[in-house]
Amino acid sequence: MIEINNLHKNFGKLTVLDGLDVSISKGGIFAILGPNGSGKTTLIKSLLGMVIPSKGEISIEGNSVLKKWKYRNNINYLPQIANFPANLTVIELIKMVKNLRPKEAHENELIALFGLEAFLTKKLGNLSGGTKQKVNLVLTFMFDSELIILDEPTTGLDPIALIHLKELIRQEKEKGKTILITTHIMSFVDEMADEIVFLLDGKIYFKGSIDQLKEQTKQTNLEHAIASLLS
Amino acid sequence: MLKILKYSIYDLLRSRWSYVYFIFYLILGFVLLFLNNDVNKAIITLLNIIIVLTPLIGTIFGVMYYYNSREFTELLLAQPIKRSNIFMGQYVGVSLSLTLSLVLGLGIPFILYGLFKSTAIFDFSLLIIVGSFLNFIFVALAYNIALSTENKIKGFGYAILLWLFLAVIYDGIFLISLMMFNEYPLDKFSLIATMFNPIDLSRILILLKLDISALLGYTGAIFQQFFGTKKGMFISVSILLLWVVLPVWRIIRKSNKKDF
Repeated sequence: MIEINNLHKNFGKLTVLDGLDVSISKGGIFAILGPNGSGKTTLIKSLLGMVIPSKGEISIEGNSVLKKWKYRNNINYLPQIANFPANLTVIELIKMVKNLRPKEAHENELIALFGLEAFLTKKLGNLSGGTKQKVNLVLTFMFDSELIILDEPTTGLDPIALIHLKELIRQEKEKGKTILITTHIMSFVDEMADEIVFLLDGKIYFKGSIDQLKEQTKQTNLEHAIASLLS
Repeated sequence: MLKILKYSIYDLLRSRWSYVYFIFYLILGFVLLFLNNDVNKAIITLLNIIIVLTPLIGTIFGVMYYYNSREFTELLLAQPIKRSNIFMGQYVGVSLSLTLSLVLGLGIPFILYGLFKSTAIFDFSLLIIVGSFLNFIFVALAYNIALSTENKIKGFGYAILLWLFLAVIYDGIFLISLMMFNEYPLDKFSLIATMFNPIDLSRILILLKLDISALLGYTGAIFQQFFGTKKGMFISVSILLLWVVLPVWRIIRKSNKKDF
């Protein structure tokens, strides 16, 4: 589904991605892990065209995505920080994002799921962090896309919303979607991920299932397995 | 791009600052007309204020809006939209919103004082046109600075410095060079130096239209000769247009190459 070849990215003198090669197959939940500065966010942003690689090739479903923008119609992205224009209301923002995509949206079920009906006419600037994150989730999941990228999706969510999120992710997986998640919450990874893609120093250090990781590092606990990868 | 433009304007029209700006011009217009009771005199006073204030407000609004919208811009960047459309939509939104505040804020008092019955209507239109040009020019310059500077405070600082340079320091340098080189024929130099500052260009355009170029002495006569003619005005407006087009072109280029 996603093919990345020899991806390089420098920010000035700082090399963040150093010849990264990875192939992500269609369908399944992939956890993108790695220490701070390993290039996780840069990798995701390169996929989305927000960061322009210095060198290398990225293709999604066989088509190169560099310098293009229409392919983003088939990607749902949840950014890490949910900051919206303070003067728009929730419903206006949802309408605006719907307007920007030539696609069907089913936002009403999600609004009901996260209990946002009472907040629809409130201005985004007046919402709490957790509520904003719920709006963020509605905006992400209301479209039906083949690729879903979630950057720290659990931030600010109350336990009930977290359960709903996990359900949503599982439902999408069942439909055969490809889901990339970056997170530092190991319990979330343990529960949800099919495969782990571990970045270190701008390259892929490990790619495989959680069981394979535990076998390779001879650990029974995921956190310890990750820690031993880093040592 | 039109969709982004619509939402930027919507966002700005509901911002407190757009109303503060509008009310400021409204009060200014009424006060000047009340004190002067002469539409022409009010226009001249307004000229001096607008030439300096509009660029300042344009610069501040432009920089502030860019930095305040940064996270939202990232959300937009992940949508199937061309990058340049995002920034152009925002830029035109800010510029139009400021222009609207200016036109309504000044237009209402002048119309109520009988602008349509006076010959000053052409001068007033020129004032508004020039004010609008300055809005579009300085918001474009502000966006250029903001796109090139990650640090909010540095970006704001550079933008204010730019305004200060073009509004005040440039004229100082120009005057000093005129004094130092006053043995030499300076007409071509003066003309060209004016082209490089949109504020000076606007100021002289209006002064000439208002026929007080005699106050400018020798250089005034040269300008009258050059700018007063239809050809002169046409060239001046074209250069003001260039002052909009070139920074906007750079906004598009920079936004296409930038990492977010």
